[in-house]
Amino acid sequence: MPTPPNVSPAAFAAALTAWRQAVGPEWVFTSAEDVALYRDFYSPFWGEPEERVASAAVAPATLEQVQAVVRAANQHRIPLYPISTGRNLAYGGSAPVYSGSVVLDLKRMNRVIEVSERNAYALVEPGVSYFDLYEHITKEGLDVWIDTPDPGWGSVIGNALDGGAGWTASPFRDHFGSHCGLEVVLASGEVVRTGMGALPNSRTWQQNRWGFGPWVDGLFRQSNFGVVTKMGIYLMPRPEAMVSGTATTDRDENIVPMLDALNLLENQHVVNGSTQIYGGLDRPGTHSPVWTCTVPIYGPENVVRAQMEYARRKFTAIPGVNFLEGELVRTPLSPEALKRAHLVNFGIPNLSTFAMLGRSPGNPDPAGGHIGFSPIVPRTGESLLEFKRFYQENLPKVSGGENLGIIGPVYMTCWERTLVCLIMFPIGRDKERNAKMRRAFEAWVRLAAERGWAEYRAPAAFQDLVSDTYSYNHNALRRLRETIKDAVDPNGILSAGRYGVWPKHLRKV
Amino acid sequence: MTRSCPSHTRFALSVLLGIALSCGARAASPSGQAPAGSGRGVYEHWCAPCHAPGPGHPGTQSLQVKYGGKTPAVLLERTDLTPESVAFFVRHGVLSMPPFRKTEITDAQLAAVAAYVARGSRAP
Repeated sequence: MPTPPNVSPAAFAAALTAWRQAVGPEWVFTSAEDVALYRDFYSPFWGEPEERVASAAVAPATLEQVQAVVRAANQHRIPLYPISTGRNLAYGGSAPVYSGSVVLDLKRMNRVIEVSERNAYALVEPGVSYFDLYEHITKEGLDVWIDTPDPGWGSVIGNALDGGAGWTASPFRDHFGSHCGLEVVLASGEVVRTGMGALPNSRTWQQNRWGFGPWVDGLFRQSNFGVVTKMGIYLMPRPEAMVSGTATTDRDENIVPMLDALNLLENQHVVNGSTQIYGGLDRPGTHSPVWTCTVPIYGPENVVRAQMEYARRKFTAIPGVNFLEGELVRTPLSPEALKRAHLVNFGIPNLSTFAMLGRSPGNPDPAGGHIGFSPIVPRTGESLLEFKRFYQENLPKVSGGENLGIIGPVYMTCWERTLVCLIMFPIGRDKERNAKMRRAFEAWVRLAAERGWAEYRAPAAFQDLVSDTYSYNHNALRRLRETIKDAVDPNGILSAGRYGVWPKHLRKV
Repeated sequence: MTRSCPSHTRFALSVLLGIALSCGARAASPSGQAPAGSGRGVYEHWCAPCHAPGPGHPGTQSLQVKYGGKTPAVLLERTDLTPESVAFFVRHGVLSMPPFRKTEITDAQLAAVAAYVARGSRAP
């Protein structure tokens, strides 16, 4: 059994004893076979010395057990790495950022504590997946939707804390932006509730996120300042209908006015669904529009029809742009509509996204895993075209003249006011090929940073690299975060290295 | 994954990869009607989202491409699986499918689901 770095065997043994007493011996995992289950299955360092691996895992089921585990870790200076459902694949999965950490597996904390239909929110624990919450709402017959990312097995809390997004209406797609109230166990073992939850007899924890005084919730997003054990999340009252329109053009330059129209419609909240932009592809033998924008709208039937007419007018005012209004879909979906639906647009979790990334007729021998580089660029057509040229010009050099199977760019408009240009890298078990992917990933990060573009989220192996690009004023932001880290976690036991924040004893000078 | 595979990539990726979108993608039936700890209950919660019949199930799609129809692509239609082989894949993963931890599927649940899947079409 490996011992965490800088931890004596005696201290580790004492912590393990305390944890076994706290959670039960069957929920402390130390055998090589059990600990291997916590490897990052999509690790770009798979099977190499640099792969980030756990030394053990401990799985509490209650808040009190989490407190006991954290207290023992703090006493014995054991590095912990909390995970929720451990399905953050492509961003590190269930493996720690700091190799040798003990994974604090919160999957057993799987209670849906409350779902309010009247006020449209849920209060959940970290082990609750989108499947779990959907199942609960369905069983209870409640008329609210969840906003789910593509893979439905992820944690509602974990996805929000990692900066994930979904597919329904705009207020809900930003998952951290839709949260309301946190319960957090600090490194000392103390429990904090944020917002209105700090009121001992609070009845409005999920109805006002701000509470009184400085708002601290953001400190727990992509961070290592505490262990989140409960979170409120806004739900979407089921809309009466959804209709989607599609604008197309064969003129490359038309993406500029089209994106302006898209921005206007979203910023006016006329279009509230998850818009998409795709195209600009050179596909011999096929004819696809050079650019396509889709604009879904949710709401009452007569309202969305009027909104769609407004959207149509905005797009068709651009010479060379065609607009096609799609079928209006009433909810709940009929069985027929369900067969044709992109389910996540209707808040229905599933795993069909893996059909595109796994083995398929078009890709019979896939690598298996993947990682993504997803910089945020200005949400203008000019910037989008700049990124497209940037990608095309740099791809051969970044790939060392080889076809590495890098996929891109994918334009993501999942958040209002934000454009993400995604590049994806296949990751498998071929070490040499993975090394090439890593070099390419690093090159894209640096090249993009030179243009003022940087990641919103990164695989564990590259979080330091991306953090380095946020270096304004001699890394002032990182230094501020380190100051906070030292104050709230003085022994540096929680999630060392997560998103580039290291505890004092592991910090590079 | 998107966002494990960063979400919002479905449509665009389908174009980039030249893959026909499975318009009939089905939600998993994570709940089902079976007791949560039974083999069927575990299957419905953890396996069916990828391995159920029909389009939109990546495990089924993958096995269809792998075997080209010589072996059924739907797990429950297989007659060649043993409980040991099912358990191996659950705990070791394969290709895009990661392994499942004991906090997700306990050893007892693994035994139940492995037996259930291995019975496959022979199940009553």
